Amino acid sequence: MQLIGVPQKRVEDPRLITGRGRYTEDVRLPGMLHAAILRSPRAHARIQEIDVAAAQAADGVVAVYTGRDLAGKLGPIPTAWLPPDSDIKATAHPALAVDTVRYVGDGVAMVVAESAAAARDAIDRIKVRYEPMAAVVDQAQAMAEGAPLVHEDAPGNVAFHWKAGTVPEEAFTGAEVVVRRTFRQQRLIPNPMEPRAAVAQYDPSTGDLTLWATSQNPHIHRVLLSSVLGIPEHRLRVVSVDVGGGFGSKIACYPDEALTAYAAMALGRPVKWAETRVEHFQATTHGRDMVIDVELAGRRDGTMTAIRVKNLANMGAYLSTAAPGVPTILFGLIVTGAYTFQHAAVDVYGVFTHTTPTDAYRGAGRPEATYLVERMVDLFAGEIGMDPIEVRRRNLVRPEAFPYQSALGLTYDSGNYQRALDQALETVGYEEIRREQAALRQKGRYIGIGCTSYVEISGLGPSEVAGAVGFQGGLWESANIRVHPSGKVTVFTGGSPHGQGEETTFAQIVADRFGVPLADVEVVHGDTARIAMGWGTYGSRTTAVGGSAIAVAADRVIDKARKIAAHMLEAAEEDIEFRAGRFAVRGAPERAQTFQAVTLQAYLAWNLPEGVEPALEAAAYYNPSNFTFPFGTHIAVVEVDAETGDVQLLRYVAVDDCGKVINPLIAEGQVHGGIVQGIGQALWEGAVYSADGQLLTGSLLDYAMPKARFFPAFETAFTETPAPHNPIGAKGIGETGTIAATPTIVNAVVDALQPFGVQDLAMPLWPERVHQAIQAGRNGR
Amino acid sequence: MTTEVTIFVNGAEQTRAVEPRTLLVEFLREGLGLTGTHVGCDTSQCGACTVLLDGKAVKSCTVLAVQAAGQHVTTVEGIGSVEALHPVQAAFWEKHGLQCGFCTPGVMMTAIGLLQERPQPSEGEIRSALDGVICRCTGYQNIVRAVQDAAVRMAARDAQTASD
Repeated sequence: MQLIGVPQKRVEDPRLITGRGRYTEDVRLPGMLHAAILRSPRAHARIQEIDVAAAQAADGVVAVYTGRDLAGKLGPIPTAWLPPDSDIKATAHPALAVDTVRYVGDGVAMVVAESAAAARDAIDRIKVRYEPMAAVVDQAQAMAEGAPLVHEDAPGNVAFHWKAGTVPEEAFTGAEVVVRRTFRQQRLIPNPMEPRAAVAQYDPSTGDLTLWATSQNPHIHRVLLSSVLGIPEHRLRVVSVDVGGGFGSKIACYPDEALTAYAAMALGRPVKWAETRVEHFQATTHGRDMVIDVELAGRRDGTMTAIRVKNLANMGAYLSTAAPGVPTILFGLIVTGAYTFQHAAVDVYGVFTHTTPTDAYRGAGRPEATYLVERMVDLFAGEIGMDPIEVRRRNLVRPEAFPYQSALGLTYDSGNYQRALDQALETVGYEEIRREQAALRQKGRYIGIGCTSYVEISGLGPSEVAGAVGFQGGLWESANIRVHPSGKVTVFTGGSPHGQGEETTFAQIVADRFGVPLADVEVVHGDTARIAMGWGTYGSRTTAVGGSAIAVAADRVIDKARKIAAHMLEAAEEDIEFRAGRFAVRGAPERAQTFQAVTLQAYLAWNLPEGVEPALEAAAYYNPSNFTFPFGTHIAVVEVDAETGDVQLLRYVAVDDCGKVINPLIAEGQVHGGIVQGIGQALWEGAVYSADGQLLTGSLLDYAMPKARFFPAFETAFTETPAPHNPIGAKGIGETGTIAATPTIVNAVVDALQPFGVQDLAMPLWPERVHQAIQAGRNGR
Repeated sequence: MTTEVTIFVNGAEQTRAVEPRTLLVEFLREGLGLTGTHVGCDTSQCGACTVLLDGKAVKSCTVLAVQAAGQHVTTVEGIGSVEALHPVQAAFWEKHGLQCGFCTPGVMMTAIGLLQERPQPSEGEIRSALDGVICRCTGYQNIVRAVQDAAVRMAARDAQTASD
């Protein structure tokens, strides 16, 4: 039965819809203790004294730890992405602050108690005397002369300085048109609905430590935590089976999980820690926060020729695990977008501030790059008086140009960008809406149309490239396929899905190849004791890389089974055809053996061909030869209430191309979720710090999350341009919506406000800001 | 200081000693080990903890256990099983109304609350009724589809029951 490209209900759902999912916080162990962490209320201060006596004496308290107590016992939290030639200052993060706190939320002490309530009560009884110091939260201010230093060894608060590409000066001096802009990518809070949590259990008799943790990449956590905790990697097991979303925030290695594990080892009892939502706002990595200067050169005929970008990226107080890769590689190399710029150059400063560390957040660098180029296309179009769609059409990489070498050195694998653009325009009815727009303006109603034609880097990625760009790991993926004697199949993947549905997608790949029912295939993920190695789920890599590993392993199983089948059928191996679960002799279809019958013979091993070992199992370690480059066009139609500044979303059309679609139901769901997160950034979401470093948007009361009633039904579709370099043709769909939606919406709102001469709006487009822009336009400013 | 509280949970009488500050969700999760009801925030915004209290959808993080004394609580564990799914569960599965699944129990209980009051809600009514829950994964569109599908399933079930 054909299973690829066919919608399938998810196999992970029955346990999740019946309340039988097992998220980390659901783990309950006999004798388990509970931890709570006291966090700094100040952005920058010296710790003069910590008095834990009252906490220690409180009912139910078993232990209290401060940074000093852990000296020499618990290593610092490392940074694992070190871009080369960037003079990086990767000051490691102590698990608990020792002398100095550097952001609101920095850990100061941990209490372990008999109940969660007792632990939380006790942290309130710890008295800390702080000597306040000046703080800086804005990256430009942090780089200014005399700004307070976050780390003594990082002058000017520069954590790293990275460059790519060159633009000859005459590309700008001799240009017909130059457009310059500064964009602010506001800081965002990832907010997966499941807060982070950890449960640790230590067995002193064996030295085995089991850590249940909310992780997108348990094997990365295992290797990093084994060094932090000083225990051998093979004695540490990290389990992350049901994880309630991550969006990048569960990639990093954090102090809290290490502290939980340490306490379990020190106390000889299981320990649980679970962050509250307010803690999530302070202590889990944030996303975005970049100030980006862009210069674009072009000709009056609509050709864009050169782009120059300078990015000041706010890294927060420490460099989180993957953080330095975000504003550099994942942002810098894709600022030319889907267009044929001749020249491009990027100059990126990573800057320390007294704020929560930033790291990957859905899209990670690519939304910021796409935003700047898509906003610049519209501004350039306005400058030369051309329809922005026409500018896109003239500059998109042509279908015949693939593989296309971009000005920044990437090789875009495959694409038909025009087809996605055309399909989106046709779906929305572009010309008709332009006419409607003109008619409505006569009546004082303002609708706008915004477009984005994006390309992104996903399927991370070739390990050689990972090494060249300073990622301290590989980016291949593992698969192990074990066919059981009865023909049922268990697939072990190093990918670590946490909502993306690969228990289903991967089962489809295997069931399709083996010709067995979907229900006969089980996918195991998220447990370092069951899966030898893996690099996890982020960067839209799981299906493209992990799925490819599975396809390769499946083909190895079939190769071996074919040998056995040939022997059983007394035919030459090359005469055996395998189709729909049957090995048959070419030209004699009645001479056949089922996959299950061949599997059984593999295990019985009564009569195997010479040189063939018993059992039926294969592993693959798939190292991709290139990234994948999903692309597409999104178009939004919005209406702006000129009296209130309120933005209403009327229509949203998305045409995405993620290569071969394995499960259309899941792919569409990924697009929906991504769009909502992208629109969230455009219209509502934004973390705000006061000048002295207090997080003013510190809970879901103050930070606007998208709700169901804010949206119409989206109109989504796919084109399919397979990735040419992997065995399943898949590219990745997890981040496209977030990448495309933000500039699409802002372009639409700016378009709506053309009659008021509005060219720029700062995100998020809160009604007050839109209203002010309209008023300024009305007043002729 | 603790008080004995009796609550009827998924049809069974449950008596536990609780502190005055114990929340209903803590009673369910810690007291009874019913971990299907989740806690996603601390300010009553996310709705992951939504349960039915005497048939009405409420956020169990915003009800004290002592307030629920003597009342009937239904959690996700009490609405159906894998073998016999509630129409809302079946619809969420069929329409891909969940991704990570963390908010899902609360969203489904909210949907049941809505469908009890309005058996055939419009799309707008569904979206408004979901105002008390946050889902970060799905973009809500397939949740809306699932609630629409659940309405059809429940109507069919009710018609079947009536004709029996």
